[in-house]
Formats: sequence, C-alpha cells, structure tokens
Amino acid sequence: MNLEFTPEEVEFRKEVRAFIEENYPKHLRGVGAREDLSRDDMLAWHQILGEKGWSVPSWPEEYGGTGWTPTQKYIWSEENARMDTIMPLPFGVSMVGPVIYTFGSEEMKAKHLPGIREGKVWWCQGYSEPGAGSDLASLKTTAVRDGDHYVINGQKTWTTLAQHADWGFFLCRTDPNASKPQEGISFILADMNTPGIEVKPIKTIDGGHEVNETWLTDVRVPVENLVGEENKGWTYAKFLLAHERSGIAGVARSKRGVERLREIASTELLEGRPLIQDDEFLRKIGQLEIDLTALEFTELRTLAGEAQGKGPGPESSILKVKGTEIQQRLTELTLEAVGHYGHPYFRGFPEDGSNEFPIGPEYAHQAAPNYFNMRKTSIYGGSNEIQRNIITKMILGL
Amino acid sequence: MDFNFSEEQTMIRDSLARLLRDQYDFETRRKVAESDTGWRPEMWQQFAELGLLGAAFSEDDGGLGGNAIDSMIIMEEFGKALVVEPYVPTVVCAGGFLKHAGTAAQKEEHLTAIIGGESVFAFAYAEPRGRYDLHDLETTARKDGGGYVLNGHKAVVIGAPWASHLIVTARTSGERRDRDGISVFIVEKGADGITTRDYPTVDGRRASEVYFENVSVPADAMIGEEGKALPLIERVVDEATAAVCAEATGAMGVAQTMTVEYSRQRKQFGVAIGKFQVLQHRMVDMFMEHEQSISMTYMATLKLDEDDVARKKAVSGAKVRIGQGGRFVGQEAVQIHGGMGMTDELAIGHYFKRLTMIDSEFGNVDYHMRRYTALSGEGQKVAAE
Ligand SMILES: Cc1cc2nc3c(=O)[nH]c(=O)nc-3n(C[C@H](O)[C@H](O)[C@H](O)COP(=O)(O)OP(=O)(O)OC[C@H]3O[C@@H](n4cnc5c(N)ncnc54)[C@H](O)[C@@H]3O)c2cc1C
Repeated sequence: MNLEFTPEEVEFRKEVRAFIEENYPKHLRGVGAREDLSRDDMLAWHQILGEKGWSVPSWPEEYGGTGWTPTQKYIWSEENARMDTIMPLPFGVSMVGPVIYTFGSEEMKAKHLPGIREGKVWWCQGYSEPGAGSDLASLKTTAVRDGDHYVINGQKTWTTLAQHADWGFFLCRTDPNASKPQEGISFILADMNTPGIEVKPIKTIDGGHEVNETWLTDVRVPVENLVGEENKGWTYAKFLLAHERSGIAGVARSKRGVERLREIASTELLEGRPLIQDDEFLRKIGQLEIDLTALEFTELRTLAGEAQGKGPGPESSILKVKGTEIQQRLTELTLEAVGHYGHPYFRGFPEDGSNEFPIGPEYAHQAAPNYFNMRKTSIYGGSNEIQRNIITKMILGL
Repeated sequence: MDFNFSEEQTMIRDSLARLLRDQYDFETRRKVAESDTGWRPEMWQQFAELGLLGAAFSEDDGGLGGNAIDSMIIMEEFGKALVVEPYVPTVVCAGGFLKHAGTAAQKEEHLTAIIGGESVFAFAYAEPRGRYDLHDLETTARKDGGGYVLNGHKAVVIGAPWASHLIVTARTSGERRDRDGISVFIVEKGADGITTRDYPTVDGRRASEVYFENVSVPADAMIGEEGKALPLIERVVDEATAAVCAEATGAMGVAQTMTVEYSRQRKQFGVAIGKFQVLQHRMVDMFMEHEQSISMTYMATLKLDEDDVARKKAVSGAKVRIGQGGRFVGQEAVQIHGGMGMTDELAIGHYFKRLTMIDSEFGNVDYHMRRYTALSGEGQKVAAE
C-alpha cells in the first residue's frame, strides 16, 4: 500500500496536461459545463478526444478504450477538472455504450459504438416515466412486435437533454403477462427522428431547460434495435445503473469546486476582511475537504477493487450518496459566500449589452441557480433514499 | 402570558387569507412575476383598502392602532402565498424609520402616502463590499449648503424597480466601517443623479443596483439625527428581520403540508411514498421545524420593543433557527417530491427558492449566530462583574 505516483504516472500527468492545454477549445475555457450551451459546444471536447483516442477510457481496448489503470483514469479526471473541461456526456459513453458492447449484436456494435466514441451521435436515456421513478420496474411504455418492427407507445419523462438527441435508449414492456414486473422489459434503441417521438421541454427550478417529456406514439423501430434478448432489459438496465453510479462521485470536479470556493472566499469580505479569514467559514471549507478526502479514498479503494476484477457492487451506492451530498454542500457554501449577489437572476438580466453597471461579481451569477440545480443529484441516478435502501438490503442484509 | 390574537388581528388574517386565496393563487403569482413589471400595483391598492398598509401604525400616525404583531400576521400570510409586493421595504422599513424618528412633517408627507398605498419604498442599505454589516458604508452624504449630496452604489435593492422613494443609509462622516457618522435619508427615486439597473431575482421578485452621483437632497430629507442613525437602523432592520421570519414561517408551513399531501398521493412500489418510514420521520422533522419557527417568530416579534440587547438577541436567535429550519424544510420538500420538486411548474420549488433566499436577507445564519454569541458573551461579562 502506498500513495506515491510512479515516474510513469508523473509522466502521464504531464502528457495529459499538455494535451488539454494545447487542444481544449479556446472559446470554452472558463465556461464550464452548462446545459444552455449549444450542441456543438457540448460536443466539442468529446470530438477532439475522439480523434485522439481518449474519449472512452473505460471501454475495453477492442472498442476504443485506452487501457488506462485506475490511477491513470484518476489523473485524467483531475486534469480535466483542473481546466473545467466539458466532458463527454454520460448517456452514450458511460451508459448505452457499455450496454451495447456487453450485450449488443456485432452489427449493433459496428453501427453505434463509433458514433458514441467520436462524439458524433447524441444519446438520451428513456427510463423514467411519470408513474415509474424510483419504482422503475413499474414502467408502462409498451413495445409490441409487428413483423420486423416494434411499435412503441407510452410516455417517458425527465429525459435529460433529449432536445439535442439523435438516438435514445428506452425501457419498454414487451411482456405484460410476465410473472414479475422486472421480467417483461426490453432495452430498445430508437432514432429520435422516428415519426411519433415528440420531445417537450420541462423547465427546472434554476430556470434551465435540461430535462424533457418524451412522448412515444406508434413509434415503429426495426427489431434489430432490440439490445440482447427480449424481456431481459432489466438485467441490462441494472448493469448500466451500476456504471452510472461509479462515475457519479465527481471527486475531481468537487475538488476543483472547493478551490473555486476558496478563491471566491478570498475576494468576498466579511467584516471588512476576506471571508476566507473567518474561522467559521474556514471550518466549513475544512469540513468539506475532509469529507471529500474520505470520498476520494473510498473511490480509490473501489477502483482498485474493480481493477482486480470486482465489479462495481452495492458499495458504489456510497459513492453516489456521499458524492452528491458533497456536490450539494459545495454549491450551498458558494451561495452563502456570495451574500447579497446570490439574488440577481442572471438568465433574466435585461440584455442591453452594456456592462457599464455590472450586477455583482461574475462568479456570483450562477451561485443560486447552481445550488437549486444540484438538488437533482440526490434525486436522479437512483435517489439517495433508494441508495440507502440498496445498502440496507444488499450489504447489511436487513 | 397570552398567545391569542385579538379580534382585529384575526379579522386581518382572515380577510387577507381570503384575498390571497381568490386573487393570489400560484399560477397568477407566476404570471405576475414573469410579467414586465413583476408586481401588481392594483394588488397594492387592495392591500391599502384592506387596511394592511396601516395596520401596524398607531392611530396618531394615521394607522389602525396596531403594532408589529399585525405585520407578523400579514407577513405570515404573504409567505404562504409567496407574495412579491414590497410590504417589508415600504411598511416595515420606511414606515419603521418614520414611526420611530420621523418629524411631524415627514410623517405627514410620507406615512400618510404609505398607508394610503400612494408611495412605495425600497430600502437601499446594502453595499457591494459590506455583506450584512449595516455600518459598512462607502456611500457618502456630504453637507452642501442647506442640504446634502449623495454619492455611492447600493447593491441588490429589493423592490427598487417599483419604488417611488428610497430610504438610503449613507455616511455623513467617518471611515468605511465606523459605527458613528451614519445618517438616513428619504430620496425620491426619480431624483437627478440616480441611475438604476433593474433585474429579476432568483425567487421571483425584482431588485436594482442603485447608483448615486451627486444627488442633492434637502436637509429635511434626513430621518433622525445626523451621524447617529446606526441604532435606529439596527432597530428597524430587526423589525424587518422579524417580519421576514414570519414570511419564512408561512412559506415553511405550506411547503411542509404540500409535501405531506404529495406523499399521500404519490405511489411507488405499490404504496404511497408517505408510507416509507424514512420519509415519514423526515416530514415529522419538517413539521417540528415549522412549529419552532412559529414559536421563534412570536418570541422575536414580542421582544421588538425591549432594550437593544434583548431585542437583538431575540431577533438573531429567531433568524438563526429559521434560516436553518427554512433550509431543511426547503431541501426536504424538494427531495420528497422527487423529480417533480425540480420543476418550475410546481409551486413547491418556488417555496424552496424563497426559503433559500430569505436566509441571506438581513443577515444569514452565521451573521446572526455571531451577533447572538457576542451579545451572550457581553451578558456573561456583566453577570461576572
Ligand atoms: C434533473 C434530472 C434529470 C434526470 N434525467 C433522467 C434521464 O435522463 N433519464 C431518465 O430515465 N430519468 C431521468 N431522471 C429521473 C430520475 O431518475 C427520477 O427522478 C428518479 O428515479 C426518482 O423518481 P421520481 O422523480 O419519480 O421520484 P419518486 O420515485 O416519486 O420519489 C419521491 C421521493 O420518494 C422517495 N422514495 C421512493 N421510493 C422510496 C422507498 N422505497 N424508500 C424510501 N424513499 C423512497 C424518493 O427517494 C424521493 O425522495 C432525471 C431526474 C432529474 C431530476
């Protein structure tokens, strides 16, 4: 057991850093990931990484993975966080990609994996429904076989960034008479341009357009779009959820967030002195860093286990719960730090183009919306209550 | 000891609740908040007609003979409906300054117009570098002939886009953070030299950055004594803080009941989510936070007229508890609503946002904890002597 980086790893960090510095698009520097960016901007870095061969590090090498060790991946995410890069979205790279290369046919792999890898095709995740959230297995959207097609009917909701999506992966009920609700579900891919698919925006409390309702009316998709076997979709979905969770800790990003918070607290004043000199506030940052360290080392242990062949198990629920709590706390403290200037609503600013009378410091503009928005993290990806239920059942055995 | 409301107070609450139920439903509130102006002057007139704007003033001052308890009742109802109209800046702040320190002529001119709904005020006290310290002022008021000339920048002045007048705190002498040398002025918002940049706030209201560039005001624009206004400002801000605590309490109560109601309706795994014990206990905690907020709001409101130390401790104690309670209730309300809690469409997220932002109005939890402990320390020193 040791914490040293090997000379090769140090070298790797240098290489990665230089690559990011040279190649990260100039106009996106300092912008950070925001759902109101254009589709092109959101895909820009993904496409650059695709060309370099670094867009899907975790995939098996035969499909374009990098074969990096957990430590290298750790360095990779740290270096990206350092530059606030807009990373490839998870829906293709971390969700449907692994399902396709694990369970899909050869034709399916050939058809879809390159687009995901290269950042050319935008995917969305159609799992949740108005009546099926935490209890996903109660989903009602149906897919009925009709010759060479499935005909899909139903409504999905909370479909993240579906407004940009080219393709979606959907959980649909193919056997309404299965003995258990989990057993009659299939995992089906659909071109979002197929007639009958309608995407309607849902505005969130931060004012953004990040999620959508996706309505499916007599949507005909070819049977080749079924992943794996009919009625086995739940197994694939569970596999995917485990993948989704292991990325959700967001350690490197949160570390960068703490740094940014420190910067803000050095500029903001409390009783005429920098806020960062206030014991109370310093303690809060300290607490956050300690919690983050605990999370970081828990993640490193998990990754090391994975490298030795232990799949991400129910322990990854720890990463989801603790990671999201930290992300939320970080935005809470940032909002606290900016004081009065948390109130102005940036999206609603009159666009007179003039900066003669700036409304507070730049870093305050998104503080409240970010805080509002991050409440989602304890709800999605399996809510934190559901994660605790998983640990209760799978680990504590209660 | 008596925690009952008088007949008049109960009447105010009931008639206001009725008005808000009829004309301030959530969809209407949303439309208003998103409209060009962001508020309803005609609603303000109805408030005036109902007697709300004069409820907290003595009969001598032209009011209905009530006090801060009336404001508390009104603000609690406002909190329940997420009312955006500027009762706190106009009635509690401007009204408070005039009530405590206005000359007969000032009261005649301004209090009457406030009570009648003709004048609307915003309270321009915060500055970009001052955080919550009322005495951290860089805005200056320089003596000039018979009057004063104001220069400076006031930050996030809530309700300023709607205001006919501003109450401005400024330095007539001394250094940036001195407690002495502070004065208070009434300024017409349209005065020469005032520039504003108006914007919506994240919780559905409006505010402005207000810039003063050589704004001349006459000597009788000053309320209270030159250079000695800090205790007066602190008193009025404590009254405003108590009013905001009442608002938060109203909002918390609604957020809590809405959540319980939702947990009854929403089914997952074949049962109402309200059957899950982990959520039940969370909602019980929300309920307890709300109850304690009511208690703290009463306590602080009843102590507003005690001596400075007792008043400050009471108000700070209430604002700490309510800042913490509001955060908890808001966060859990969203969490228990699941994805629905994240939507702009449902009211619950708007209660969460208002509860969040109330914490940073008139000093957040840390600010009031600091003030509270400092005052407790002083009390102990005295006792030890
Ligand atoms: C911003 C955002 C983006 C999303 N993106 C996507 C996406 O791209 N694709 C997609 O398919 N879905 C997406 N989702 C949906 C997300 O996965 C669901 O919101 C989540 O599964 C919770 O379901 P729900 O919202 O219906 O809440 P509900 O399941 O109704 O839960 C409400 C509350 O009850 C609690 N609860 C439920 N069951 C239990 C239990 N057994 N024990 C204790 N507590 C319980 C929950 O934890 C929650 O607090 C997104 C959601 C959000 C908010």
